[in-house]
Amino acid sequence: MDYIIILIAAVFVNNIVLSQFLGICPFLGVSNKVSTSVGMSGAVLFVMTIATTVTYLLNQYVLIPAGLDYLRTITFILVIAALVQMVEIILKKASPPLYQALGVFLPLITTNCAVLGVAILALGLENGSLVKAVFFAISNSLGFGLALVVFASIREQLELANIPEGMKGVPINLLVAGLLSLAFLGFTALV
Amino acid sequence: MAEMNQKQNFLKGIIKENPIFVMLLGMCPTLGVTSSAFNGLGMGVATLFVLLMSNIVVSLVKNLIPAKVRIPAFIIIIASFVTIVEMILEAFVPLLYEQLGIFIPLIVVNCIILGRAEAFASKNNVLSSIFDALGMGIGFVLALTILGSVREMLGSGSLFGLTFLPETANTFILFILPPGAFIALAYLTVMFNRLTSKTT
Repeated sequence: MDYIIILIAAVFVNNIVLSQFLGICPFLGVSNKVSTSVGMSGAVLFVMTIATTVTYLLNQYVLIPAGLDYLRTITFILVIAALVQMVEIILKKASPPLYQALGVFLPLITTNCAVLGVAILALGLENGSLVKAVFFAISNSLGFGLALVVFASIREQLELANIPEGMKGVPINLLVAGLLSLAFLGFTALV
Repeated sequence: MAEMNQKQNFLKGIIKENPIFVMLLGMCPTLGVTSSAFNGLGMGVATLFVLLMSNIVVSLVKNLIPAKVRIPAFIIIIASFVTIVEMILEAFVPLLYEQLGIFIPLIVVNCIILGRAEAFASKNNVLSSIFDALGMGIGFVLALTILGSVREMLGSGSLFGLTFLPETANTFILFILPPGAFIALAYLTVMFNRLTSKTT
């Protein structure tokens, strides 16, 4: 039951992009086509899951026993940066087709605050365990993917619309994101 | 001439290359913490501090860092100052520390800071970097404070915590909720573009 609540909360109610404002840069940056947004979501799913697993273990078995939790931010960002590099190298060797699909997005993910944000948020879960933290990361990346793909599909339609001069570009995108966020607000009572 | 350049370094961040309205950098904290003017201001000042310190350090050590590892090196410098800010806020302004929450450690991944380190401080001397950081930082503070003020006025009928509407008045609660952040920023960007395109 716990897990179902985590999943629904992360995907709909507390959507990481639309209600927690994490990962806005890729959300606005790579959402002009549905195909790229799917690629980006895949890369985020991949990196977020691995990063949360590693940072959770690191926090639990190294930082806390050693009394170094104030170094959390530095450690986590380094781990994520190193991990992204490693994933890139491994993918290139092990699975060229997957690398082809995700490769361009990987370097962008280091500065995606959603990855660091989820790694930190996962530490604060109630009755936390490794499994729960990893599940939390997967749910959140699904939420990210949902928001990104829906937003990209709307933007593809928007290309054809007749928009007032001053609203073109960034403002109309922000407005669409706002309306989307408003729609997700409707899920509030679910959990 | 040199003086003119410093003035330019300083001023460009406030209007012409405003990090929020023009460059669209650092959007996460911009949208996430601006439900009140005070939070916006607090976040802006914390970021300004990290930006200033990291620009100074990066421009000092730029010749010592091999080009290949410069990005990780910049990230470590930035993360150290973020940790300092986190400790200072927790010790002296615990209220703000609680309000900003997760967005304080996330200053590390604020693209403005890494962006200025990479694009400016790693190529210029200390003095220019200080002016660049101050300009960009103040541009960021202004944008966050304006957005926070607009949202707070519309959403809770107050400004910096001072209520100017009677308790019973209906306010646009939408504006302190997440969708309001996107919508308010959308219209502010339109206004900003309109105003700056007239003057130039």
